[in-house]
Amino acid sequence: MSSDKQEGRLTLKQRFDRWMIKHGRVLVVGIPYFWLFLFFLVPFLIVLKISFSVAEYAQPPYTPLFEWIDEGITVTLNFGNYLFLLSDSLYVTAYLNSIRIAAISTVITLLIGYPMAYGIARAQGSMRSVLLMLVILPFWTSFLIRVYAWIGILDREGLINAFLMWTGIISEPLIMRQTEFAVYVGIVYTYLPFMILPLYSTLEKMDVSLVEAALDLGCKPWQAFAKITLPLSMPGILAGSLLVFIPAVGEFVIPELLGGPNTLMIGRTLWNEFFANRDWPIASSVAIAMLLFLVVPIMWFQHIQTKQEEGQQ
Amino acid sequence: MSSKRSTFLISALVFGFAFLYVPILLVMIYSFNEGKLVTVWAGFSTKWYVSLFSNDGMIDAAWNSLRIGVMSATLALALGTPAGLVMSRFGRFKGRTLFSGMIAAPLVMPEVITGLSLLLLFVTLEQMIGWPAGRGLSTITIAHTTFCAAYVAVVVQSRLSGMDTSVEEAAMDLGAKPAKIFFVITLPMILPALLAGWLLSFTLSLDDLVIASFVAGPGSTTLPMKVFSSVRLGVSPEINALATLIILAVSVMIVIASLMILRSERMRSRASAGADAQH
Repeated sequence: MSSDKQEGRLTLKQRFDRWMIKHGRVLVVGIPYFWLFLFFLVPFLIVLKISFSVAEYAQPPYTPLFEWIDEGITVTLNFGNYLFLLSDSLYVTAYLNSIRIAAISTVITLLIGYPMAYGIARAQGSMRSVLLMLVILPFWTSFLIRVYAWIGILDREGLINAFLMWTGIISEPLIMRQTEFAVYVGIVYTYLPFMILPLYSTLEKMDVSLVEAALDLGCKPWQAFAKITLPLSMPGILAGSLLVFIPAVGEFVIPELLGGPNTLMIGRTLWNEFFANRDWPIASSVAIAMLLFLVVPIMWFQHIQTKQEEGQQ
Repeated sequence: MSSKRSTFLISALVFGFAFLYVPILLVMIYSFNEGKLVTVWAGFSTKWYVSLFSNDGMIDAAWNSLRIGVMSATLALALGTPAGLVMSRFGRFKGRTLFSGMIAAPLVMPEVITGLSLLLLFVTLEQMIGWPAGRGLSTITIAHTTFCAAYVAVVVQSRLSGMDTSVEEAAMDLGAKPAKIFFVITLPMILPALLAGWLLSFTLSLDDLVIASFVAGPGSTTLPMKVFSSVRLGVSPEINALATLIILAVSVMIVIASLMILRSERMRSRASAGADAQH
């Protein structure tokens, strides 16, 4: 009675099943892991590498970093791109502008989104699903078209100016498009659903009886809000704010279509370095500089996501 | 409670929804405007729809986008579903932190960074192993699959986390193999999430301008790239018509999908109520 004989009698299917039980788990983890590793993580290392090379008129347009010279690898690191970014006020301004514009937009989005999320969470049954649906629907319709919609509204010959001139409130058209104001409108408008949804999900789970108890015990409504509702909805506030802030820092389409030539933002600078100036190494170092700033908020976001998942389980 | 508070909440909702919907509605209304100017209403006309459909460049771009959308949504589902399963059911394993980071980060990563980094990867790979030879629909599909897979993983993971595991555990106790449990029990239960994930990926892919612009090649212009180059110069009535069609298509799709999801949820809750009654 040898085990070899038994092994020999196994059908192909049984062998496959055995193999799957032994290795299936690795396979299920491995395939998405490999894909994301190759197409999400490795690209950043390449950007990092190219940010240290020098632009060249060649295909591809940069110098190699590693070279075989005398049977050894020579690494030529060139910090010139980063020094250039620091020395040219254009990049520093774009960088600071992006952070400022993204931060202010995030606050405005929160101020508009919080009461809406609160109202939806306190609405009755079927009304609540309808309102939630109305928040989600714009998120599914094209981002580009939603930005485009504001061109026709804010333009010099746009609807707001036409209306105000018709009523006689103003005699000269207001300049609204191609200003920073238009960029704020665009960011708040397109990112509002991202703020409302996480806020809604924390507010909906909240125990209303806590607020009622506080009110019964003589708390003023605003005190109950500040002491109970606001702290309990903090995870939603943070998740929503990061979901708006991080992508808004690198936003390209909104400043390009609604902002003026002076509305410098880092995403737009990167785009121009790449597409207009064809300077890949500088574009790469702009990307790395942006990433360095965003690493902390991104990790914070991931931390909140993980914590919420664990809370659910 | 206080009527003052509810008045405030109702006006916040009315203001907020007006803010979200008025601009879209204006685009839709002006797509039927006879004249070219936004501000002047020159009478009802469908001529911009006619000129949209005779614009060959636009039609070609739309086909490209639809093909990329279907392919990347399907691939993203195939990759994102196991990723979501791993995140919610596999507990701790080596490299989990990196894995969850690679799922959370694409959701917030600025598109210019993702686009640039993928382009540089494709160029480097082409230099090293000769693949991908040039850039086009396939490179855009790979790029879209990557960020869509992260969205699918999150949708699947949150569905699985909120799900009762007792049926799976019972099957495991009775000796069912993990693969069988997944395909016979778990998969049917998360089907609505999978549908939502596919649709989400499809619309995200259809909508992406920035990443596609970086990794596109000659002849692989997508619809957003075409739209962007024409709206850069200002309002165009043809784009209003296109926007109206996209918004209508998306709304119909969403309503159908949510009705389907609602029905399957209802059937499931009825089935579980029946099972409870038998106990």
